Amino acid sequence: MPILGEICAQGFNRPLLIRKEAPIDNTMKQVAERIAQEIQRRFQSRKQDRVWDMSPALPPVFSAEQDDGDAGGKKPEGDRPGSEKPGGGPRNPWQPPSSGPNAGKGGGPRRASSLEDIFRARRENGGPGGPGPIPPGPNFRIPQRPDGKSWTPMVLGGVALVWLIFSTGHQLSSNEQGIVTTFGKYTSTIGPGMNFTAPWPIQRVRVEDVTSIRRDNVPDGEMEKLMLTGDQSLVDLSYIIRWNIRNLKQFTYQLEDPKGTVREVAEAAMRASVAEVKLNDVMLGTRRAEIESNVRQRMQAVLDAYHSGILVQGVDIKKADPPAKVNDAFQRVQAAQQDANRDMSNARAYAEQVTQRAEGDATAFNKVYDQYKLAPEVTRRRMYYATMEQVLSQNDKVIAPAGGFNSYMPLPAIQKKPSEETTVVKP
Amino acid sequence: MSGLFQDGLAPRAKLAVAGLIAAALVGFSAIVEVPESQQAVVMWLGDPVRVINRYKPGVDYGNTGAGLSLRVPFLETLVRVDRRVLNLDMERQQVNSSDQQRLEVDAYARFRIIDPVKMVRTAGTSERVQEQLQPILTSVLRQGLASYTFQSLLTPERGLMMEQIRKALDIEAREYGAQIIDVRIKRADLPDGTPLERAFARMEAARDQEATAIRAQGQKQAQIIRADAEAAAAKIYAEAYGKDPSFYDFYRAMESYRTTFANPANKSSTTIVLTPDNDYLRQFRNQKGQ
Repeated sequence: MPILGEICAQGFNRPLLIRKEAPIDNTMKQVAERIAQEIQRRFQSRKQDRVWDMSPALPPVFSAEQDDGDAGGKKPEGDRPGSEKPGGGPRNPWQPPSSGPNAGKGGGPRRASSLEDIFRARRENGGPGGPGPIPPGPNFRIPQRPDGKSWTPMVLGGVALVWLIFSTGHQLSSNEQGIVTTFGKYTSTIGPGMNFTAPWPIQRVRVEDVTSIRRDNVPDGEMEKLMLTGDQSLVDLSYIIRWNIRNLKQFTYQLEDPKGTVREVAEAAMRASVAEVKLNDVMLGTRRAEIESNVRQRMQAVLDAYHSGILVQGVDIKKADPPAKVNDAFQRVQAAQQDANRDMSNARAYAEQVTQRAEGDATAFNKVYDQYKLAPEVTRRRMYYATMEQVLSQNDKVIAPAGGFNSYMPLPAIQKKPSEETTVVKP
Repeated sequence: MSGLFQDGLAPRAKLAVAGLIAAALVGFSAIVEVPESQQAVVMWLGDPVRVINRYKPGVDYGNTGAGLSLRVPFLETLVRVDRRVLNLDMERQQVNSSDQQRLEVDAYARFRIIDPVKMVRTAGTSERVQEQLQPILTSVLRQGLASYTFQSLLTPERGLMMEQIRKALDIEAREYGAQIIDVRIKRADLPDGTPLERAFARMEAARDQEATAIRAQGQKQAQIIRADAEAAAAKIYAEAYGKDPSFYDFYRAMESYRTTFANPANKSSTTIVLTPDNDYLRQFRNQKGQ
């Protein structure tokens, strides 16, 4: 592109200058000839300029580059005879041009020096490496068109074409829309696909991503963001706003700072909603969904009142924690909760034990009772004997007549184990 | 184009061409472009005379006065004023509520220049309007909040209060050709230092209270669970044993004897003294059952 601009500038300006200075009846051919000469002289003066410029000051490192420049210059030199012949006599490239139609007017030297200045300036601005990265070749190697006419109209046409293509055709992807303005006045909204408008200064297009959902994190970092809840406690809250553009026209023109407005409105709505509920409702998540939908509705209402053209897709509470300073206290609550749970599960285990035991006892009794009812007396005796057998077989027994036997009868068991209890079973 | 200066015209023609160019330049300077986002006050020698693309509510974009307009070159100059909704941010302020609680408030207002001529006369630019309105917003907010309690600032009542503040600010803003669309408290916080510490302490106390309550609750629940189970067990026993209390007495006595006197876990042995006329020895005595 810079090369194109160069050609354009040179090709365009030079003939005009000539015409102004020498109002001779120039034919187009002569103009073309002059351009060729100019190009040559430019090349020569450039080369001279460079050699003259570099040899005294710069170290030999640059000699390679210098050679390079010479090598680059070889080709145009080869071309020179072809292009010079129609122009007239040979020219000394080391001298400022004083011959030709401008001779005697004083324009030649001045122009040459101005050209030199231009190139010097260009080289200075040319960035690192001087003329290296921008090969001078193409600028000066333009061959003549077959009919010998100037390239200027072609170049101008090309530039115009590029300009037309770039400023009339607008390719929008499927998530985009564009606002078309005619001299600043809103004209239409264009959708995805290829769109054509009038060229640049007349119509302008501003493309914006419309359907993609934008996500805003509040707060931006990991810092603590404390909000007051309805019970005057503080909660460390962070959330995400998801929104997109519903009406690009309103989005573009209605608000000065739509994106900042979304955040501010979200902040206000979130604080208002959090202030309506208690700390535990936010933190334990019992009413979190309700808060989120409240915030979304509030935000949408405000943004609609602004005619902002923004659609809030949703608000998600990412984190709702106690402030770091009182975190310990909150953990104590959790510990208490665990204690309570432990107490309760112990009680449940005991309850299970007691009821199962009762059921077992009752069932055993019922089974025996069922049998007892069939033969009450026999069962009763059987059970009595079975029990007594078991009891008496495992204990010491004394059979004595009733009344006052303790006074005279030695009880070996008592002597042996004085501490043992003595049970007297009397019918 | 090539013949513009070379067709041998007289100097008069050249003059005409120059005149044409000058006329074109003047013509171009008579055309001004005003985008949709701006309204332009046309000043006749510094005096506002009319407005291009003035904001009118309800007029859709595309039907407004935006686009190209004419002006008198050189004599009329344009002052461009934003036509969009602008932001007025209040710096964080400490205000007192009616119950003498200090509160740190962050508020914002949204406004629009609806009378650009008035605005240009009184303030000049919309930035100046913002500067002028900022202290007014602060003082209006201070006054407004001072008549509410801290608690009510946190409740939906706030909406009503904000509307009052908006109205009060709007009256002032009209002097600058601006209309206040909305005033909102972005955040109302406890100020750093003592109030915040106190809030933290209160939260901590509340948590401790909650922890104690939770423990007590747990114990209560555990007791209830135990009592329920015991009641259920009693009911089960009563249902079973109630069918024949005298048999229960016998059955339970037998069970109890076994447990007391014939428990393998009980290592001490008992000496049982039986009288010969014991029922157990009835057959031993070889008597007929009575």
